[in-house]
Amino acid sequence: MANHPAIVAEALSKHFGRVDALSGVCLELPAGTVLGLLGPNGAGKTTTVRILSTLLRPDRGWARVAGFDVVKQAAAVRRLIGLAGQYAAVDAYLTGRENLQMIGRLYGLGRRAATRRADELLERFDLTGIAGRLARTYSGGTRRRLDIAASLVADAPVLFLDEPTTGLDPRGRVAVWQLLGELTARGASLLLTTQYMEEADRLADNIAVIDSGRVIATGSPDQLKAQVGGDRLELKAVPGDDPRRLARALAGLGCGPLVVDEVAGRIVLPVSDGPGILPELAERLAVSGLRVADLALRRPTLDDVFLTLTGHPGAGAARAEDPPVNSGPGSELQGATNEHR
Amino acid sequence: MSTADLDTTGHIAPASALANVGVITGRNLRRLVRVPTLIALATAQPILFVLLFTYALGGAVRAPGGASYIDYLLPGLLVLAIGFGASQTGVAIAEDLSSGMIDRLRALPIASGAVLAGRVTADAIRNLFVVGLMIAVGSAIGFRFHAGPIAALAAVALAVAVGLAFSWLNALLGLQVRDPESAGLAGLFPIIILTFTSSTLVPVATMPGWLQAFAKVNPITVVVDALRVLCLGGPTAKPVAEAVAWIAGLLVVTVPAAITRYRHTTAA
Repeated sequence: MANHPAIVAEALSKHFGRVDALSGVCLELPAGTVLGLLGPNGAGKTTTVRILSTLLRPDRGWARVAGFDVVKQAAAVRRLIGLAGQYAAVDAYLTGRENLQMIGRLYGLGRRAATRRADELLERFDLTGIAGRLARTYSGGTRRRLDIAASLVADAPVLFLDEPTTGLDPRGRVAVWQLLGELTARGASLLLTTQYMEEADRLADNIAVIDSGRVIATGSPDQLKAQVGGDRLELKAVPGDDPRRLARALAGLGCGPLVVDEVAGRIVLPVSDGPGILPELAERLAVSGLRVADLALRRPTLDDVFLTLTGHPGAGAARAEDPPVNSGPGSELQGATNEHR
Repeated sequence: MSTADLDTTGHIAPASALANVGVITGRNLRRLVRVPTLIALATAQPILFVLLFTYALGGAVRAPGGASYIDYLLPGLLVLAIGFGASQTGVAIAEDLSSGMIDRLRALPIASGAVLAGRVTADAIRNLFVVGLMIAVGSAIGFRFHAGPIAALAAVALAVAVGLAFSWLNALLGLQVRDPESAGLAGLFPIIILTFTSSTLVPVATMPGWLQAFAKVNPITVVVDALRVLCLGGPTAKPVAEAVAWIAGLLVVTVPAAITRYRHTTAA
């Protein structure tokens, strides 16, 4: 185990009908680290996870998990992975405890061992109080916690979590983040897919940005953020004012091209040194005599990353607050790209 | 976990495969009894079949050989009720597919047929209950076994066996159709068509000649006729052998097809 990276994927390709879901994805996840696979809906995240977790066969390319080929040695791979898929796949008509017991029994644990393991996980995931209730009565966040617990029953060394926080409210999201932080502190290798830059930033050692079935950038969160130009300064013109005047007044400020959104009356400016920009900004505004309705300094979002890396906004980022959509792979992204044109 | 002792061939020992099926069967039986509307409707439907068909058609149809209509009808109704109920197998499998449950189970180191076999086994147990219930209701309105206890037990076994074949067919349909509601409807088509072109409700001799040709080789006719001789008496060897051959033939086609489909299916 120690000799092998947790995951190596080489030139994975997969098409569904005429849609290329993956076109040559390469990934590497060193054992004991967290890789965030970041991209919008339809980028190929779920297809990648399904190939790596033996659910789908790639058309071309290969992948190994803990040294085992995901196609030729699928049975061995299944013994070494835990998967929490795109949906919180728990049985609604079983209790929380029964769900975990069932998975334990399927891994070959005896009745008593499966119950012991279930109780351990329920305790760790703060589900003991509701362990005897049917999972259909759980909130979305609680179901997700149970779902992640189910992926940990076998204590597998390699974990796949496909959009673990999509559809959760902010509190549920923070709870899942804490949980994943604890997990990785225990040395598990984790591949996490997400639409949220913030999530990848917080949890991942390395990030691979995926778009239209290709990995378009990889690196640590800091490297990636440096690549997309650090934080974003967002200013909103006073209603009725032309935001282009604001843009002219601030020309040359920041570390990258300034984007004007005339419809929203807003300009966005990449800045590398965060709040360090503020004194000069204040001076420029004072000199120009322009007023602003709103001002915010924020972390780059997936939208910013996509705009920088691809020149087009990510479909998922634009709709990051929508519930997950069952779109065919690639279809939504294509649609959004066409709209953009 | 050491990787040295891993079996990388994908082979799952028969004992573990059987244990896997047992766990999945238990899961599905729990679901069956925990959905209150489902259990109520699943119980009411077979009872209604017995009462409605007997009283609505009983006056119009003259059973061959002078048997009472309920004696003639009940073996056919068993197959009808089991056939209708089997669409639930397809619905459940399609639900497991769309909820992501099948993705979760497919990523586990278990026998690839276990998930379907467990569901089908749970449905066979439900069918045993349905058959018992229909015989009890039938008995209350005049049904009797005329060929002795062993033939009666063989009739129950044959009814449950044909249910297995229907369930595997519906498991395949559920994986193919994917949408739970469509899967339920898709499962009813073959049953409705085959039942009404068989000896289930009326003697084949009353049908037009072109339909008789089909009705005589219709698997439902073959199974219902075998059930009738087991219930009413008469030479059993040939009809029962033909029925078993049909059921075995259906299983030989549907089981591998469903398992192969399962191994290549993921949620949308």
